[in-house]
Amino acid sequence: MLSVFRAAAGRVVRGDVRYYAWMVFLLALIGLAISRYVRQLDRGLITTAMRDQVSWGFYIANFTFLVGIAAAAILLVIPAYLYQFRPIREIVLFGEMVAITAVIMCALFIMVDLGQPLRVWHAWPVLGIMNFPSSLFIWDALALLGYLAINVLLVLYALWRLATGREYRLSLIFPLIVLSIPWAVSIHTITAFLYNGLPSRPFWNASILAPRFLASAFCSGPALMLIILQLIRRFSAVEVDNKALFKIAELIAYAMGVNVLLLGAEMFKEFYSGSVHMAPLEYLYFGLRGQGMLQPWIWEATAFNLIAFLIFLVPRLRERPLFLNLGAVLIVLGVYVEKGMGLVVPGFVPDTLGEIYEYWPTVSEGIIAAGIWATGALLFTLMVKFTVPIYTGQIRAERAAERGRR
Amino acid sequence: MDDTPSESGRPATVSRRAFTKGLALGLGATALPTGPAAALDWTAFFQKHFREMSEEEIRRTVERLEREARHRWRKDIRISTTRAMPGVVFGAGVDLSRCIGCRRCVYACVEENNQSRNPQVHWITVLRFRKGEKWSDLANAEKYYEPGRVPEEGFFYLPVQCQLCDNSPCVRVCPTRATWKEPDGIVVVDYNWCIGCRYCMAACPFGARRFNWAEPTIPVDEVNPDTHYLGNRPRPKGVVEKCTLCIHRVRAGRYPACVEACPVGARKFGNLLDPGSEIRYLIEHKRVFRLKEDLNTEPKFYYFFSA
Ligand code: SF4
Ligand code: SF4
Repeated sequence: MLSVFRAAAGRVVRGDVRYYAWMVFLLALIGLAISRYVRQLDRGLITTAMRDQVSWGFYIANFTFLVGIAAAAILLVIPAYLYQFRPIREIVLFGEMVAITAVIMCALFIMVDLGQPLRVWHAWPVLGIMNFPSSLFIWDALALLGYLAINVLLVLYALWRLATGREYRLSLIFPLIVLSIPWAVSIHTITAFLYNGLPSRPFWNASILAPRFLASAFCSGPALMLIILQLIRRFSAVEVDNKALFKIAELIAYAMGVNVLLLGAEMFKEFYSGSVHMAPLEYLYFGLRGQGMLQPWIWEATAFNLIAFLIFLVPRLRERPLFLNLGAVLIVLGVYVEKGMGLVVPGFVPDTLGEIYEYWPTVSEGIIAAGIWATGALLFTLMVKFTVPIYTGQIRAERAAERGRR
Repeated sequence: MDDTPSESGRPATVSRRAFTKGLALGLGATALPTGPAAALDWTAFFQKHFREMSEEEIRRTVERLEREARHRWRKDIRISTTRAMPGVVFGAGVDLSRCIGCRRCVYACVEENNQSRNPQVHWITVLRFRKGEKWSDLANAEKYYEPGRVPEEGFFYLPVQCQLCDNSPCVRVCPTRATWKEPDGIVVVDYNWCIGCRYCMAACPFGARRFNWAEPTIPVDEVNPDTHYLGNRPRPKGVVEKCTLCIHRVRAGRYPACVEACPVGARKFGNLLDPGSEIRYLIEHKRVFRLKEDLNTEPKFYYFFSA
């Protein structure tokens, strides 16, 4: 089995021109981001546009979006194992790898946001002093670490079975899979609670926040999977059944329906009752006292989500590749704005003393964030490159052939 | 995307040299404490939480911090670690009928507590409201008023700083317990333990916490050398700070700087457990209120009207 892994690792460094170009592109982005990050370390977070009024920004927005992506792996797991929906079951492995990548990116986004990153051990078990159970930050860190561990175990187990040419032994792994489902829900719920539990910020302090988080995550995660799976199908020997893709699209339609409904409920409550607590939502959608930088973005996101909802709702549309991809891209972009900047920034606008500070990330923040996305893409590409020949049984087949010749 | 103002004029793209240098630095000097001051830095790196240190460890830590401060500020800076006195819980207040919005307290606080001049850090914010307009939700507060002279006709003022919450949301959310409430009711930060996550800033309902977005700068001759570990000792960049009611003064039996600086005597202060204190007299004899009482953070900072 180890020899199979070694053979697979050997293949990771081999590829065609497009593969090398992709790698160089990602490494260049990462290098650029590192140089910007070094500058940020040197000068402090003044290189960002965050200030006391809006003390979290683009980094935390990306973090929040990515927790949603990580949680979405389960949307593939549920039908795969619980309902024995074969076509999806085959590709769950890739969903789990997306989850692993997303959690690692989450950790990176938190790291670059810290004012004293070297002290991160202060929040670690045993070494530091964890404010548990009081701080939701600690809950979130533990939940994400646990989720990472579960997914790593699931992927390793699957690879091991594939490498030795055996079927999944469900009995062995089933408890872990069952555990992973509520766990995925919990990472996203806890992330929502991290914001939700702050009465100082009425925009977040609404009980609809956690359900809205989940609904939108179940849109963006699977939509991203739709794109990734098609890319894997295009660039490797992995076969992905169209039926699986259509099923995912259908699930997204339901999730988006719920997401839109919850958004409507929130809009109604705030704007009909019209208390001062509607100020952040007003800022986001209509502008407040002449200021509202996020307006075009949030309307764009809303339009994207609604269009994608219609596409995925109608079977005839979602089964056409063009529309399928269009819908997937629209949702990823839409939720990226809605659950990223659109969620974090209005929490701080107006601030607790009524001031409006319009936050927009600096070039430096943008480059560092791009670097983390590139790191994620690099990690995922390498994992896929490593996994595919094992997954397709290519390596085993070649070895068997070799042995036969001898 | 805009770049920060401080960077205007610099090209947005990074040259190749900076790029390679960045890579090398990222993996070396900046990421880990190495180089000439390494031994010093490693002790700082492993420094324990203030409340976990023994008396001996505190003594050695303070010695090192004083040494570092002398090096950085070219001045002898004393860092006291005076503990809370038993039987004392501090409270403070402002008489809104007297406050004239002159911001003397703001500047006295900056000087007393070694707040950064650039970037500008103010622990106290004075809000201005138009008389007759709604104000208690703070939504229409004006923070940047700049009149030729105060008080202005038709306006009134409300200074805000840490409200000394008894049930502090900032303490609740801090992942590392780097901020906590002392026995005398003062909420403090251990600047050597704070990781700079700013969760506490999101949690504070009164905009009281400040982050050191860059290395604080103070003209050397303006550095106040009389400091406290949990209060006004010079801070590094990347950590949170806030009003401590001048912990170094009040624990030595003096008034906070803002109370002393107020030209109209609008600011009040005292021991809430002492029935004879001025603050207790005011609470019992005036109609007092506290900001955002609906959030149940139980501030120990009182506002009242004497007239
Ligand atoms: S006012 Fe803010 S900083 Fe002060 S104790 Fe309350 S929550 Fe903490
Ligand atoms: S910024 Fe510092 S004091 Fe505030 S929550 Fe984070 S670690 Fe605690």
